[in-house]
Amino acid sequence: MSTPDSATLEAVNIDQDAGNFSYAEDYAHDAGYGLTEDTIDYISNVKGEAEWIREFRKKALKTFHDKPMPTNWASKDLENIIFQDIRYYLSKGQTPTRSWDEVPDDVKETFERLGIPEKERKFLAGVEAQFDSEAAYSNVKEELEKQGVIFVNSTEGLREHPELFRKWFGKVIPTGDNKFSALNSAVFSGGSFIYVPPGVKVAHPLQAYFRINAENFGQFERTLIIVDEGAEVTYMEGCTAPKFETATLHSAVVELVAMKDAKIQYITVQNWSNNVFNLVTKRGMAHENAEIRWIDCNIGSRLTMKYPGVIMKGRKARGEVISIALANDGQHQDTGAKMIHAADETTSNIVAKSISVGEGRSTYRGQVHIPKHLKGCKNNTECDALLINSNSRTDTYPAITVRGNQHATQHEASVSQVSEDQIFYMKQRGLSEGEAMSLSVNGFVNDLVREFPMEYSVELKRLIDMEMEGSVG
Amino acid sequence: MSDSLSIQNLHASVDGNEILKGLSLEIPKGEVHAIMGPNGSGKSTLSKVLAGHEDYEVTEGTALMDGEDLLALEIDERSRAGFFLAFQYPHEIPGVSNANFLRAALQARLPKGEEIDAVGFYKEMYEKMDALSMDRKFTGRFVNDGFSGGEKKRNEILQMMMLEPKYAVLDETDSGLDIDALKIVAEGVNRMRSPERGFLVITHYQRLLDYIVPDVVHVMFDGQIVKTGDKSLALELEEKGYDWVTEELAVSA
Repeated sequence: MSTPDSATLEAVNIDQDAGNFSYAEDYAHDAGYGLTEDTIDYISNVKGEAEWIREFRKKALKTFHDKPMPTNWASKDLENIIFQDIRYYLSKGQTPTRSWDEVPDDVKETFERLGIPEKERKFLAGVEAQFDSEAAYSNVKEELEKQGVIFVNSTEGLREHPELFRKWFGKVIPTGDNKFSALNSAVFSGGSFIYVPPGVKVAHPLQAYFRINAENFGQFERTLIIVDEGAEVTYMEGCTAPKFETATLHSAVVELVAMKDAKIQYITVQNWSNNVFNLVTKRGMAHENAEIRWIDCNIGSRLTMKYPGVIMKGRKARGEVISIALANDGQHQDTGAKMIHAADETTSNIVAKSISVGEGRSTYRGQVHIPKHLKGCKNNTECDALLINSNSRTDTYPAITVRGNQHATQHEASVSQVSEDQIFYMKQRGLSEGEAMSLSVNGFVNDLVREFPMEYSVELKRLIDMEMEGSVG
Repeated sequence: MSDSLSIQNLHASVDGNEILKGLSLEIPKGEVHAIMGPNGSGKSTLSKVLAGHEDYEVTEGTALMDGEDLLALEIDERSRAGFFLAFQYPHEIPGVSNANFLRAALQARLPKGEEIDAVGFYKEMYEKMDALSMDRKFTGRFVNDGFSGGEKKRNEILQMMMLEPKYAVLDETDSGLDIDALKIVAEGVNRMRSPERGFLVITHYQRLLDYIVPDVVHVMFDGQIVKTGDKSLALELEEKGYDWVTEELAVSA
């Protein structure tokens, strides 16, 4: 391939540095480095938590220590996480603010530089923006409050509404689900708690922006969304992070509960900087005739391991995962989906597309489970991989366990490459190599990008452009 | 002459095999030249070499576009400088709509920070599509994806009309076209003819030249131009076949 032209280089330099800023660390609460029972006491004390939460955390810590690293099936890169070198709790020491005026200036500046548009801030139904481990800004629009919708951070949710959240907290994803869900359960901080009462259809998507801003600081947000009978909500989560020289750990747990006839759509654009370990457990439980959709896009991080799942617990429940992964040099996107059919006539759909560039590596892991005693379950799985040059690597591990003969499953997989001739054709029309690449890649994921709300699809296209232009050489 | 596409003594090889063996050709602005020749004479190679395809190595000779060294430019730079190739086999770009592709190609020609005017763009595109009898739905279809042969060729002409090159090479644009499609494509090219633009029409058959009437006809054989004449040369070739040229060459040698 030819070398990128100067305009491309210039664009790359500007774009790559755009997220490369951080502020002087000024944290009122800092649990120090490492993880012991003292760390947990410190977190619980600062948060003024109920005793059952402290116990929950301590039990989880034990589970975390007992569980082995999943390096028998996952990347050996996990061994590079030094748990004792991580700070597990940081906070601005502020309680969540209700109005924009109360938000500290440097936090506002961060949002400014992240390019969150002014009108979007005003327009959004509610904003729960996490700055490090506590919500810096939390504003639920009046109309939502009138409807009885609760949109708070996890600390406030557990403190103010234990009757609502305790019932489901840690139930969809048990502490011992995996080593990192145990870690999160021990040290969680931040994240959103949402409750939508029966029949309420939240008109605007609820949105949260996450950002890590302290070196060696692990972010362990905990999100629980409960949507009651016949209610509907869309939640959007977007991430960017400044670059640091040493690895950063991010390990979230997100639990969704969709009661009878409820609908939840959870949308993520993950763009952590390339030194972040992003080890996330996301799962939803869909009751009768409920629908849970995970729309997930992973562009950043050093290693992402994330397999959003849906347990279809009630008859006619539906689960869906739409997934885009882009792995550039030095990145491993290990993503997929988990569909557990646990009732008759449940339907699941998985569409996953991955792009591997340069030394980047993509892995798809899917698990579809349909037991013998059920009737009329359906699954459709499609996974397509696009390789941008010969060094790229892609692996597909679909595990579809279907027992009984009253089900319908369908599985398609493809691996393709952007051909030299296609790039030649596009360049002959005047596009630079980078532009041609990003147009091809955007074309490949086009049908999935359309599933994202407008502003996210625009942002996604821009992120892909940046990634592709940086990859040409 | 600087107002021309001027090719002198061009030699080019692919995988060590020389295909172009000292080809010389000059297309002044405002003229339409045709190259005819039997299969394997190097016609398509010439088009790819001029466009800058990396499989071909130029070992000798020059190609100047209005005095500018075409061979020194990257593929996309040649395009932006005003060189256009209508492909014999246009490539598919799945997931990218025709409108988006054209827009990106036009955008690539603007200075940094400048955006193309969307309203004007669509207006112009629709006008040109009408001239080529293309359905409006075409804008939303993916580039050449699932197109018939005729649709692909029309799409090439649409791109040419939108990009308004200084010099255009049409590589066997007539192949795979029925007579109605051929007329539409020829009409599109004829609309583009202007004192400011030069064309090189590569074809195996005389038929296309009934509709795109050339100023000059060249006959290519074994990597060189072996005969040059006016449009009557095409008719003569059609009548006597390519053997006539090769026999004549054998005699003169």
